[in-house]
Amino acid sequence: MVFKRSERARADKPVPIPVKIVVAGGYAVGKTTFVGSISEIEPLTTEAALTSHSDGVDIAGEAAKSSTTVAMDFGRITLGDDLILYLFGTPGQDRFHFMWDDLIRGAIGAVVLVDTSRLEDSFPAVDYFESAGIPFVVAVNAFFGKMHHSLEDIREALAVPESTPMVVTDARDRDATKGTLLELVQHALALVNAG
Amino acid sequence: MTETSGTDRLRIRPYALTGGRVRSTTELPLETIVRVTGRCIIHSHELSSERRDIAGLCDQPVSIVEISARLGLPLGVARVLVGDMVTEGHLNTHHATETAITPDGRPDQRLLERVLNGLQAL
Repeated sequence: MVFKRSERARADKPVPIPVKIVVAGGYAVGKTTFVGSISEIEPLTTEAALTSHSDGVDIAGEAAKSSTTVAMDFGRITLGDDLILYLFGTPGQDRFHFMWDDLIRGAIGAVVLVDTSRLEDSFPAVDYFESAGIPFVVAVNAFFGKMHHSLEDIREALAVPESTPMVVTDARDRDATKGTLLELVQHALALVNAG
Repeated sequence: MTETSGTDRLRIRPYALTGGRVRSTTELPLETIVRVTGRCIIHSHELSSERRDIAGLCDQPVSIVEISARLGLPLGVARVLVGDMVTEGHLNTHHATETAITPDGRPDQRLLERVLNGLQAL
C-alpha cells in the first residue's frame, strides 16, 4: 500500500514556503547548467502547453502550429526547514512570453544569462523584465573565463540601466552561481526596502 | 470524480483527466508545495489512479511542478488535478495570505532576508 508511508511522514510541521527565481536567456546559453550547478536534484523537465495559458488570446499563433508544448527545466534548493527555492530555466524567445507571465508571478526576480558572442539573444528577456518591473540581474556567462566584451560595453549594448546589477558568472561553477543568485536577492531586497 | 476503483489503469489523453479543463478553480502557482492530508489516506480508495500517483508523491512536501515532471503529466494537467485535490481536502498547502508577500505579490523584506541568509549558508 502506497499510503502506509504517508501516515508516518505526515507530521505537524508546516508545508514549506516556496520561493522562485527565473533564469532566462537565449538558446544554449547555459541555463540548465546554471540551474544544475547549485540544485540539490538533477534538473527536472516539465512540459507547459501553449493552450493552458492563452486566456482566450491567440498568442500561440504560428508557434502553436509547429509545437504545442514547451519544455522547461528546473531545480530545487532547500533553505532550512520551511523554505524551498526553485530555479526555473526558461526559453528566451519572444514567443514564450506567455510562460514568463505565469512564471514570474510571485518570483523573487530573474537572472538573465548572457553569452557575449550572441548578445542579441538576450534582448527579449532584458526588455521583458525591465518593462514588467521585475528585479533582475544580467549575468554574463564567461565560458573558460573568456569574455568578448567588457561589462560596460555589454551594459551599453543591452541598454541595461545603471541601477541593474551586472555580474560575470560561470554557469558550471556552484560558487559562481551562488554569487549570482545572492546578487539578485540583494538587489530585490534593496528595491523592496526602497519602497 | 467518476472513477471509484483502482482498476482504471488505461492511459488516456491527459486533458481527459481534467474533463477538458485547462484551469483549476483555485489556480495555484506552479511552485505551490502540497502534502497529503489525513483525509487523503482514509479515502485513498476513492481516488483515480492519477490522483493516487499524486498522493503517493505527496507524503513528503512536493511542488506542483515536481509532480508534473515526476509523473510525466503536462503542467496544466498537474495543476488542475492538484487544485481539485486541495479543494476536496486531499492535499494541504499554504494559502497566499499565510506567506510573506508584498502587495504586488512578490516576497517581502523578511522572506527575502531569509532567502539571503539561507543562500549564504549553503
